[in-house]
Amino acid sequence: MLKKLDEIKSKAILELGSVGGLNSLEDWRVRYLGRKGELTNVLRGLASLSLDERKVIGASANEVKALLEAHLEQKRAALKEHELSMSIELGRIDVTLPGHPLPCGRLHPTTQIVREICAAFVAMGFQVVEGPEVEWDYYNFEALNIPPYHPARDMWATLWIDYETETGERPMLLRTHTSPMQIRVMERTRPPVRVVVPGKVYRYEATDATHESMFYQIEGLAVDENITLADLKGTLYEFARRLFGQERKVRFRCDYFPFVEPGVELAIDCFLCGGRGCRVCNETGWIEIMGAGMVHPNVLKRVGYDPSIYTGFAFGLGVERIIMLKYGIDDIRLFYGNDLRFLRQF
Amino acid sequence: MKVSLNWLRDYVDITLPTKELAHRLTMSGTEVSGIEIIGGGWDNIVVGEVIEVKPHPNADRLRLATVNLGTESPTSVCGAPNLALGQKVAFARIGAELIDGHSGERIKLSPSRIRGVLSEGMICSEKELGISNNHSEIMVLPDDAPIETPIGDYLGDVIFDLDITPNRPDCLSLVGIAREVGALTGQRVHLPEDDYPEVGPPVDELASVHIADPDLCSRYCASLLTDVRVAQSPRWIQERLIACGMRPINNIVDVTNYVMLEYGQPLHAFDYQKIRGGRIVVRRAGDGEVLTTLDEVERTLNPQTLVIADEEGPIAIAGVMGGLGSEVRGETTSILIESANFNNVSIRRTSSGLHLRSEASSRFEKGMNPDLTILALRRATQLILKLTNGKAAKGIINVHPVKREREAISLSTSEVERILGMDVGIDKVRELLGSLGFECKEKAPSELMVSVPYWRTDIHLADDLVEEVARIIGYDEIPITMLHGEIPTYEPEPIIPLRERVRDILAGYGLQEVITYSLVSLGMLERAHSSGAVRVANPMTSEQEYLRTTLRPGLLKALSSNEKHEDGAIWLFEVGRTYLPREGDLPEEREMVCGIISGPRIAPLWPGGGGNFFDAKGVVETLFARLGIEVRFEACEDEVLSPGRTAGIFAGEKRVGVLGEVHPRVSESFDISRPAFLFELDLGDIAPYTSAVRRYSPLPRFPTSVRDIALVIDEGLPSIRVKGIIEGSPLVSQATLFDIYSGEQVPGGKKSLAYRIIYQSPSRTLTDEEVNQEQERILGRLHRELGATLRR
Repeated sequence: MLKKLDEIKSKAILELGSVGGLNSLEDWRVRYLGRKGELTNVLRGLASLSLDERKVIGASANEVKALLEAHLEQKRAALKEHELSMSIELGRIDVTLPGHPLPCGRLHPTTQIVREICAAFVAMGFQVVEGPEVEWDYYNFEALNIPPYHPARDMWATLWIDYETETGERPMLLRTHTSPMQIRVMERTRPPVRVVVPGKVYRYEATDATHESMFYQIEGLAVDENITLADLKGTLYEFARRLFGQERKVRFRCDYFPFVEPGVELAIDCFLCGGRGCRVCNETGWIEIMGAGMVHPNVLKRVGYDPSIYTGFAFGLGVERIIMLKYGIDDIRLFYGNDLRFLRQF
Repeated sequence: MKVSLNWLRDYVDITLPTKELAHRLTMSGTEVSGIEIIGGGWDNIVVGEVIEVKPHPNADRLRLATVNLGTESPTSVCGAPNLALGQKVAFARIGAELIDGHSGERIKLSPSRIRGVLSEGMICSEKELGISNNHSEIMVLPDDAPIETPIGDYLGDVIFDLDITPNRPDCLSLVGIAREVGALTGQRVHLPEDDYPEVGPPVDELASVHIADPDLCSRYCASLLTDVRVAQSPRWIQERLIACGMRPINNIVDVTNYVMLEYGQPLHAFDYQKIRGGRIVVRRAGDGEVLTTLDEVERTLNPQTLVIADEEGPIAIAGVMGGLGSEVRGETTSILIESANFNNVSIRRTSSGLHLRSEASSRFEKGMNPDLTILALRRATQLILKLTNGKAAKGIINVHPVKREREAISLSTSEVERILGMDVGIDKVRELLGSLGFECKEKAPSELMVSVPYWRTDIHLADDLVEEVARIIGYDEIPITMLHGEIPTYEPEPIIPLRERVRDILAGYGLQEVITYSLVSLGMLERAHSSGAVRVANPMTSEQEYLRTTLRPGLLKALSSNEKHEDGAIWLFEVGRTYLPREGDLPEEREMVCGIISGPRIAPLWPGGGGNFFDAKGVVETLFARLGIEVRFEACEDEVLSPGRTAGIFAGEKRVGVLGEVHPRVSESFDISRPAFLFELDLGDIAPYTSAVRRYSPLPRFPTSVRDIALVIDEGLPSIRVKGIIEGSPLVSQATLFDIYSGEQVPGGKKSLAYRIIYQSPSRTLTDEEVNQEQERILGRLHRELGATLRR
């Protein structure tokens, strides 16, 4: 019996050497270690032996079994490792082939920057509101301290709606700026007020590379007790820093809009020349991006706010101009011409 | 407004370098939008006197001129016919840069021999100096031009192009700018002299003025000059007018323009002999009265127009333009100079009504002060006398029916601080305002009573004074602080976040956002079967005449134009407003979403017809799924969309949108070559459904059983009814269509629909038997209600 065990051991180990795959390894296992395998057969034959013989041969058979099982595991691990590296080898692909395309839509650049600008003000406690694009003369001009035949009306070439009252007046227009919302917001709320108003505005304007008849503005308004020109300066400087970065210089100068006093123009140093003066900034080194100022007392009075208690500031900026500067776009007509070759760049 | 700095020096000393001065003006509200330097590059060119002229030995047309430059007297060869002994000329030394008279290029002068004679420089023409195009003669300078002076110092100038805001008509004048410069640099302003001898008869004996409508003319002043001789103005007046962008005409007109530029007050000179009866009446025009203006246009007037009339009729449109009949001409010998103040609104109404704008009207419409009339009139009279040797009548006509008090405004230092956020002491306020001509009296320890100078018609409130203080200090000095008050209560506008989510979702599904014009042409609306749109009264072009009532035409146009260069799929969307007319009110503005899909982008779920319809529908379905709104689709009709390929989109009972294939005729009219599928949604209608409170449902605890079935039903039966019956079972959690078939395997007129049904109970594990029984019940209902049979 011992001899037989020895033979099985040698034979099994020899055969294991030539096993080349997990399937034949399983065959090998069944042949030697399976329920009907050779080793099991030997153990089965123990029953016919004496107790002493059983002890000797049984111990020896278990030794052989343990040895073969150890060999089996070793071999299995080696084969698995081999098969894995084979499958990795076979699985090599050209990773430079294109990915399966997913449809890729984008937001219009105007939408993107309007959001960015509003977000900068929202972070400073402003709320986004919107208003009508077709407006009454009253909101667009009169309530903003621009009565009929005021010379400042020339600052806004107006598209009028084909609608006449019985007295032959044309009171309806396409808003020329987002400022009418100053009045609408103040009419319906009491201070404190802090809003930004994005939206389309319209001008009676022949279009060319720098002029459009339709464009976007963002209006801002803050009214409360104790709001000062210094607060306006702080708010706009913070805005400019967020939108254009720390390194941009900001200029605050006196300007005139009938609905503010004092009036302000905000400019940033030219993107292109860095302030030395070039064609884009008209040799001045500065690019005007916004009009602003302290809300005119007449405007406050008009909406029933007492100007001796409340002060406020307002500002308005043109969105496309900022986008054009940001991306170096040289023709405003590209914005609403909607050529995909343009829109896909943003 | 163009301002010559040389001219400006007549009224104020300029103590800052040009660039710094421009910066200070710009920062304080008078924007310098351009700086033109005249005479830059005139090195080595000086004033000289011609002291000897000799013929050229070898050429008939050339002469030799010796020019005294003070320390030297070079000789040059000169071909100009007007060369004469004793002339003062601009002499270019060797090394000077000149514009070549023939080629127009800039060249450097070098010593040269002309026909054998050495020329040691050149006597310049205006063209060679770049002053004008005149190259036929040399430029002759005035006799008093100082020899040896660099020509840049003698003729050079700097012209500022200023953008004057409409509130500052006083700055449409040299004196006004001088006042600004004076305040900014601490210099005094000198007004021009205006004394003249009055040697003629009393003016009242020669002319009279009556103001019939004092509401439109608060003051009318006039002076009268006889024995004037109309001629060209002297060079210095012409040069200054040209530098400021005006065209010289004759000495009389030029002086009225010169003084207008000087003081800002428009003036008008009438030929006195043409004023019939010597009597001027300022009155409203009669209806239909006619006047031919200086621009030789006959104008029909109405009672809204203020005219200057004589005994017989209008001779000028007040404040806008003079009449041709009373124009100053060559033969004119006596003139009446008008310096009046007209109502700004009336002038603006008249000039916009007549489409006639002039230098005068653009000043009057901004509001001038009546006190200016007399100053400007005296100055103009003085200048004309000086230039023409005429005689001035004694006195001036001064009709002044409406007198205004000078405005006085109370200003406290606390008010300055309340607005600026910066403490400016009372002495500083007084000093700053004083520099601008305001008179300040101390009313209380920290309060001033400020009297506004007559030329400032824009100052009425303390706030206006605060701006004056701020702009002269400089906005750079304003501190930087942040808002520190309470943040207002948030009042959400639900449509804004909804709209922005829709934008993100649609872009995420591969649609490119576009923004198209709100104004479209009538043709575009008609092609999109839309009518009754709001019209613009003064459209720039017929392409942008009507406010869109739908987003469709803009998107169809965008698709059409992009098809020309895009081979693949074009998927676009727009989120924007439509404008629906309302009687006597602003149009209703509705926030809409419109998408257009052309060309496949995603592998289809099943083969067969429908094109991109199901791409578009998939986008809409997934959009609503993301928004958490249940919608259903029902076949419907729409003029723009193909019959049988159009579905209404419903949320609850509300129709919130439509989806379908663009009708081939509509596609053709927009020049679209490929099938296109469109959806349009009304965000205002959708918004209420997004506010529904959403509750979480617990995760299913019991296993699912899955059964696939294929049903044969009539071809025309909507699949939604099959799904409805299956999902009507309480044990079915979901039924998903995964195949459609019609063809050989099923009878004619029938189609096969394959569904995967998921059975699940929220309360227990279903047995096979229960599932089988339930499926039989479902199949029974399908058969009874839809005639559906199981496909084996």
